[in-house]
Amino acid sequence: MSATMNAILLVLLASFVGSFGAVLLKSGSMRANGGVLSMLLNPRIIAGCCTYVLSSVFFILAIRQGELSFLYPMVALGYVWTLIWSRLVFGEPFTRNKFAGIGLILVGVALLNLGRQ
Amino acid sequence: METEGAVSAPNSSGTLRRRKAIILVLICTVIGAAAQLLLKLGSSTVVTDSLWATAWSMAFNFPLVLGLSLYGLSTVLFIHALRNEQLSLLYPLISLTYIWVTIVSVALLGESLSFWKVAGVMVIVTGVALLGKDDNR
Repeated sequence: MSATMNAILLVLLASFVGSFGAVLLKSGSMRANGGVLSMLLNPRIIAGCCTYVLSSVFFILAIRQGELSFLYPMVALGYVWTLIWSRLVFGEPFTRNKFAGIGLILVGVALLNLGRQ
Repeated sequence: METEGAVSAPNSSGTLRRRKAIILVLICTVIGAAAQLLLKLGSSTVVTDSLWATAWSMAFNFPLVLGLSLYGLSTVLFIHALRNEQLSLLYPLISLTYIWVTIVSVALLGESLSFWKVAGVMVIVTGVALLGKDDNR
């Protein structure tokens, strides 16, 4: 068995939570002045790391119940969320390539699931 | 030749910074794959009887803690690389981790390798690479 339904739902949750971590890290890295200490003490980077830890907890609970090689690639769904936040928070433009990339990620996750035993 | 060299001098230091950022991210992908392997190994002893038991079995789990630490290390290296290069270029490189994880899962964890799995991973890696390829660059 490649993974349980429960494991798949936990990975979806992990990818959703993790996408907020990416936003916090990006936001923090733009504010930090370049020193390692200023990064480690930056509240946004700390919050981003905590968000990643929470996301990891959901992911760890997921991979107990399935194959790593099946569940890990599904984390790429986080890019879909991240792209939406990039547009809303940083005003980064949606481009044709971004749409194509999101489409391919969704197709890839569908292909993985077609092979689910 | 001389004028070309003079013009490219400030550029080449930019190229070097860019190259260092790319190499740093490639190292991140290898560390990231090692972290995933450790998380998978550690996850087998996590219990879910209660919230407290789950937290306890994760916090005192050597492979999990080491895996998360490596994940943290690769995140710090990635933030550092972000300062020298755009997120849009470095994110696709991070997707190499999917390929390393697939290889490690099959070779070391004995997981199955099916047509659907290989196809899915390849399409996902291509999709992630496309995300960073801006139309206007």
